[in-house]
Amino acid sequence: MERVPILKLGEILLVSIQIDMEDQVALQLQEDLAERIVATRCHGVLIDISALDIVDSFVGRTLATIASISRVLDAETVVVGMRPAVAITLVELGLSLPGIRTALNVELGMELLARDASFDFEDAASMAVDEAVDEP
Amino acid sequence: MSDGERIEVGTDQDVVRVRQLVRTVAVSVKLSLVDQTKLVTAASELARNTLVYGGGGTVEVARVDNGRRRGIQIVFADQGPGIADLELALTDGYTTGGGLGLGLSGARRLVDEFLIDTSIGRGTTVTVTKWCR
Repeated sequence: MERVPILKLGEILLVSIQIDMEDQVALQLQEDLAERIVATRCHGVLIDISALDIVDSFVGRTLATIASISRVLDAETVVVGMRPAVAITLVELGLSLPGIRTALNVELGMELLARDASFDFEDAASMAVDEAVDEP
Repeated sequence: MSDGERIEVGTDQDVVRVRQLVRTVAVSVKLSLVDQTKLVTAASELARNTLVYGGGGTVEVARVDNGRRRGIQIVFADQGPGIADLELALTDGYTTGGGLGLGLSGARRLVDEFLIDTSIGRGTTVTVTKWCR
């Protein structure tokens, strides 16, 4: 079974889902993330779904569960990069993902996490793409 | 219906294969990006139902043409327990399987035509069609 990698970027755990996940892979990610949050004491989780061409109710529910688990473990989750067609489809499916915070891309997601957390954002920001830190 | 392709659905991996096949056919009949996304999402929900509630079954994907428009028809068939109360099963939020209860009702909203044939102890067949605009 494939596994979705979890990267530590400063105080943030970054997950970029690049594969069409089997249900078991999504459940494994849920468990892996919970363990990594505790092990790294990170307070922010960023999940990039820009490579996903669909989010069905199973993946939607998994994202919501991950956000809830993270919150219980003192970490905030932001889902970033949802494609417009995916957003339209999700809402029509009946899933509006209440309780999940979203941002349009990774940079904006990191800003969102930085804004409401008191953790040191410098390390994460310096490792991010240049535009994120070059703004005047 | 022509040149249909069939996938046996018995595992999670087969649900992924159904999504990929539907995506390929949706692109080939030139569905718009939003319609491709809706159809692949509906197919994912229904193939999972075939697996989880039907105990496995088959999915057939075919190009269709009604003389005016082209489209895709997908048939999900299982020999599972069948659905006792169809109206209830099609209600948002109703589930017997611990899910969100959006699979059947949500999938119906995402396609143009939705037919369901079910009988207790014999199984369930869901046929959906999406037409090019």
